[in-house]
This record gives sequence, C-alpha cells and structure tokens, in this order.
Amino acid sequence: MKIPFSYIFRNLWTRKLTTLLTAGGMALVVFVFAAVLMLNAGLRETMVGTGRIDNAVFIRKGAETEIQSGVTRDQAALIESLPQIARGEDGRPLASKESLVLISLTKKGQDKGSNIVARGLSPIGFALRPQVKIAQGRFFRPGSSEIIVGKSIAEEFSDVAVGQTLHFAKRDWVIVGVFDGGKSAFDSEVWGDADQLMQAFRRVVYSSVIARLNNVNEFEATAKSVDDDIRIALQSKQEQLFYEDQSRALSNFITWLGIFLSVIFSLGAMIGAAITMYSSVAMRTAEIGTLRALGFRRASVLAAFLGESLLLGLVGGIGGLAVASFLQAFTISTMNFQSFSQLAFGFVLTPGIVIETILFSLFMGFVGGFLPAVKASRMKIVDSLRAA
Amino acid sequence: MLFLKLIFKNVFRAKLRSSLTLLGLIIAVFAFGLLQTAVDASSAGAKAASSSRMVTRNAISLVFPMPAYYRERIKAVPGVKGVTTAQWFQGIYIEPKNFFPQFGVDHETYFELYPEFLIPADQLLAFKKDRQGIAVGRKLADEFGWKLGDTIPLAGTIFPGNWQFHLRAIFDGKEESTITRQAFFHWEYINEWLKVKAPRRADQIGVFVVEVDDPARTADIAKAIDAEFKSSLAETLTETEKSFQLGFIAQMESIVLLIRVVSFVVIFIIMAVVANTMAMTARERLAEYATLKALGFSPGFVGMLVLGESMMLALLGGGMGILLTFPLAQGFAKSPAGNFFASFKVSPETVWMQVACAVIVGLAAALVPGIRSARIRIVDGLRHIG
Repeated sequence: MKIPFSYIFRNLWTRKLTTLLTAGGMALVVFVFAAVLMLNAGLRETMVGTGRIDNAVFIRKGAETEIQSGVTRDQAALIESLPQIARGEDGRPLASKESLVLISLTKKGQDKGSNIVARGLSPIGFALRPQVKIAQGRFFRPGSSEIIVGKSIAEEFSDVAVGQTLHFAKRDWVIVGVFDGGKSAFDSEVWGDADQLMQAFRRVVYSSVIARLNNVNEFEATAKSVDDDIRIALQSKQEQLFYEDQSRALSNFITWLGIFLSVIFSLGAMIGAAITMYSSVAMRTAEIGTLRALGFRRASVLAAFLGESLLLGLVGGIGGLAVASFLQAFTISTMNFQSFSQLAFGFVLTPGIVIETILFSLFMGFVGGFLPAVKASRMKIVDSLRAA
Repeated sequence: MLFLKLIFKNVFRAKLRSSLTLLGLIIAVFAFGLLQTAVDASSAGAKAASSSRMVTRNAISLVFPMPAYYRERIKAVPGVKGVTTAQWFQGIYIEPKNFFPQFGVDHETYFELYPEFLIPADQLLAFKKDRQGIAVGRKLADEFGWKLGDTIPLAGTIFPGNWQFHLRAIFDGKEESTITRQAFFHWEYINEWLKVKAPRRADQIGVFVVEVDDPARTADIAKAIDAEFKSSLAETLTETEKSFQLGFIAQMESIVLLIRVVSFVVIFIIMAVVANTMAMTARERLAEYATLKALGFSPGFVGMLVLGESMMLALLGGGMGILLTFPLAQGFAKSPAGNFFASFKVSPETVWMQVACAVIVGLAAALVPGIRSARIRIVDGLRHIG
C-alpha cells in the first residue's frame, strides 16, 4: 500500500524554514546551472542565426576570421564567375565583396574603447542577409560617408544614435540608420559602403567575399572548384559553419565554466538536502515505527521519504528556473577572443534546457535523499516505536 | 573554558550532520577561492605592467599598424628614453588549441625595455644573431618540452605562410607576476618577406613600446607623442602599459563580472545549508536551552552558545577549505584548462576574502536560531519535543 502524497507534502509544509532553506539552496544551484545553459544557447542561436547554409564565405587560406583575411580584386572576380554562384534578377552574381576593419568605440559607463567590427558592403550584401532589417532611419546611400549601426551597438555604446557622427580614418561618418540583425552577430557591427571604407582606410584588398549558392547541395562542388583553381588561392566555408567556428572557443569556455560550477554547487546543494532528510528521518523515528506497525511496507516508507526529497528538489528546480527565466531580458556583450571584437548575445531558454534543469534538480533531490530514505526504511518496528 | 568545551561537544553531537555541513563549507570556500583566483588571473597582464613603459598604437584600433618611421619621431619627443616595437602574430603551432601569444619584435632593443625577462647573455646574443631566432618563456618551453636549438613551426593567420623559427633563448620571469607563457621573434624576418610579397604591408608596426625617464610625467609625454601624429594618416593613441592591458580586461568585463557574481552565489548556497543545520540543531535542543535558562543562565548565554557553535563550524570548514585551495589551484594551473591563464596564483586578498566569507556565513546562520533560542520561554521550551 502506498503512503498518500498529502503525507509527504505536509511533512515539508510543517518545517517551513528548513524546507525553504534547503529548496532555496537548490534553487540557487539550479539558477546558475540554467543560466550557463541559457547563455550557451544564446551564443549558439546568435552564431547560427548569423550564417545561412546556402551562403558561402571565401577568405584567404590560413586565415581563421575575416579580419585576418585579404582577398584581391582579381580573386573576388574569379569567385563571382563561379558557376555555382546564384544570379540575381538582373543577371548579376549574388556575391558581396566586403571589407572589414576593427574600430574602437566606448561602451556606456566605461572609459576604455572596445573593438567593433566595421563592415564595408554593397546593397547585395544586405540582400544576402534577409534576417537583417532596418529598425530606425534608412539604409546608407552607396558611395557616401554614411553608416548604419547594429541594434546592440546603438543600445550599449555611448554617442551612437541616428543623426550623430562617428569619427575615424580622418572622416566623419554620419549614422543614418539602426538595423536589427534578428539576434545575429551583425547586431554588434557597424555597416558602411565598402568602397568608401576602403578608400578611407587606404586599403586595396577586400577582406572576404560572401556569395549565395544556386543550391544548398552545391557547396561541395563550389569548394572543389575553388581548391582546383590555383589562381583563386582562397578557402571556402559554409557561412553558418564559419560563424559557429568563430564562437567555438567562447562556447567551450562557457561550457567548461558551467560544468565546473554545476558540479561544485550541486555537491553543496545535495549535502544540504541530505542534512535535511537525515534530520527529518531522525525526528520522525516513532512516526516511521507507527507507519510500519500500521502495515505500510518498507518499500512504501522508502518511497515516501524519497518522494519528499524529490519534491524538495522539484520545488528548488522550479524556483530556480523561474528566476532564471527573467535573465532572458538581458544581453551580454563581451570580447570574442577569436574575432577580437565585441559580440552581444542573450540568455535563451529552450524547452530542452527546461527539461535538463528539472531533471538536474530531481537528480539532486534523489541523491540527497536516497541514503536517509534507506535508513528510514530499514528501521525495526519495535526499536523505532520505543524511541519515542 | 567551560563555554568553549560545551560548544565543542555540541558541534560534534550530531556527527553525520556536522560532517556533512563541514564538507559543504569546505567545497564552497575553496570554490570561492578558485573563482576569485580566476578573476585575479584575468588581470595578470595589468599586474605585470611597468609604470615607466607606455604603449603607442593606432588610434582607430589595435589591428591597424603605423608606419615604421614613427619610431624616430617618437624617440625625439622629450622625456622618451627608449622605443622598441612589437607586432601581434597569432600563428598556429600545430593546432589552434595550442594558442600562445607571439610577437614579432625589434630584436636589438626589445629585451632592453623589458628587464623582467631574464635571459642568459649568451642566449640573448644567439637570439639576436639568428634572423629566424625565437625567444620563449620558461612556462611555454616546459609546456611543449622545447629545448634550445629546436625548430618551432608556426602557421601564419594574419601573415600567410608556414614560418620556421629556431629556439635560441629561454627566459625566466624576474617577478612572480611576470608572464613567461609567450614568445618573441625577429619582426625583420617577417618584414623581409612582406617587402617582396606584399610591399604595402611592409615597414608597418603594430605597437611601439615607449620607455620614459620619469614615470610621473607619462600623461604629458603621451600627449606630446599623440600630438606629433595629429591629423596624419595614422593617428596614435598612447597610454601607460597598465592602462593598455586594462583595456583588454574592460572588453571582457561582462564575463569577469559573471564569474565574480557566481563566486558569491556559492557563498549564499552554503549560507543556506549552514543556516539550515543551525535551525535544526537549535530546534532539537530547545528543551535543553530552556533547562539552561531554568538553571539561571542568561538568554545572552544561550544565544552565544548557538552563535559559538555556528562560528566553530564555519571557521573549521572555512579553514580546511582555504588549506585545500592552494593544492587545487596548483593542480588547475597545470591542467590544460589552466593554460588559458597566464598565471594562476592564490593571492593573500583572496584568502582574506575566504576568511571573511566564513565569518559572515557563521554569523548569518546563527542569527535566527540564536535569537529564537535566547527568547524561548522556559515553560514552552521544557514542553517542546524535538
């Protein structure tokens, strides 16, 4: 026969302070656990959302990022003439020759500059990234010293707004618009006219070429034509993979930090749960004896105490998750070591994270409560009744 | 004395509970210590900075170089004692995960400005004489098992090609904070190649390192240097080496902040655990405390009894946690993850913060149960059944 659930629930309810402290400790652990997972999911979403699988990026062999790369006009022209590159309605190749530089802007509340990607591109480059929309103002006029800035830049950096100017490379650049990159890495970039930026920075080579493929499946063929043509001497990457690779180090760092924290913190919380459950068993020795004398089996007693501990874990888990869900309102902007520039990303709560977190909290409750529950179930009826 | 003895006996009355609480405390205190050390380690570069050195870089951002001839003009600025050059290289040694900082430097003068790198005179000479020579720090040499004379291949990312270097010198750090997980080679080696293959990129310098004769005048000298290149093609930004290094940390501020916050969360978690232990202990002993009061002991004495027990737990756990921090930090520094940090040493401040955390946990945990026990009415207490 099973011990009713209300018994389990009321046991926790009677000792409110202890229950609150134990569940509170667990909630904090769950909060940290969920926060790290959410941060990693946010980073992933940002990087995956930046690239498209039917776009290809061409950069110099050996370079890992666009900043390190250089692509000459001849090389770019050869890429544009590849048969796998899609053509627009006007018959021109859907390929954007882009020039990247890092400029230094100051974050609100800081006095030191942070590196920001300034990307020079043409209207084709805008068309290749349908996730990017103008949120405020307008697109820059090609051939002018106008620039548009990503949403995160507008929000987090001082003196960046439509109508204001940024001064770099001996020119004043007027901000004419703010664009929403749809939570992609473009939100942390400044965009301007490729030729104007190159002139101002006295550059003769592009940084990269981004091109739309006729068909997603043609990437292999494209890569082969690029490798086979010794005049090109570039490497090709699928755009989505390219951006994922660029955040790998940061993602690994967050993952390892998360594992370290979760292991250490959960040990603390499990110890807390074990203490609570042991004392709960010790205080209710006579009660356990009575239950057994009434005919409840050892297994039922075990289940009741384990249930109590699992419930404790669940309360902590739901509490921690509830608090963590508020983190979705925040974004973090930090240096991506690989691209050497700022990258803004948020906390994202996915259904997978909810399930993982709840399982994690139940696991903590189970481990913390298992030994005390075994102890309770093993008590001899006579001894425990006498203990009162 | 009797008071201490009573507390001591009380602490270990419920052996299982006390040992579990102690274990939790130990884990929390050393975790806090490790996280704080990680935060400290992120500013290792700023700690190693000298107050008499400044860094001049392109005002747009670090990735833009400056013409090499700037050097002579910087040297002519009053107050400047010496100038040398460095260029970030970012080559890959076999695999990207073997990352370490590499700089192409002016081989003749670089080490003169950095007296904290100790190089045997003969090795320094051998390094200067070999165009393909490279000097690496002790930590780096140990990590990859390099010996003098070894050939070190680096695949260029910014400067394409497979570059071969000959290990000519291994330097040690003068101070503990000196970073010896980095490498320096002749910039001229790369520059010669650029002159042939990419003339537009040749004779360009990443940063100038400037030594001043009077550290108190750095601000004026920095202004004078930047004024020299005002409204030229490559305007400069000169700042002290420390401020230059702090610029990097500022860019990663949110991650550092995150770790800092999390390190305090672990203390909150353990506070909840210890507070719980004390709440349970006090509840069980209410009858006892009532008896003490009936015997004539003051409420203050009973409160102190609870506080003393909580403090003893916290200090015992905290002490053991602190002792454990040192070997664990050392173990971490040697692990692959530890290579991410230039140095990973537990600072005295961290230890003091650990002590403070233990004391606060002890005090906070005793607060509610202590007051409740002190205030218990004798009759209620005696009637109370745990």
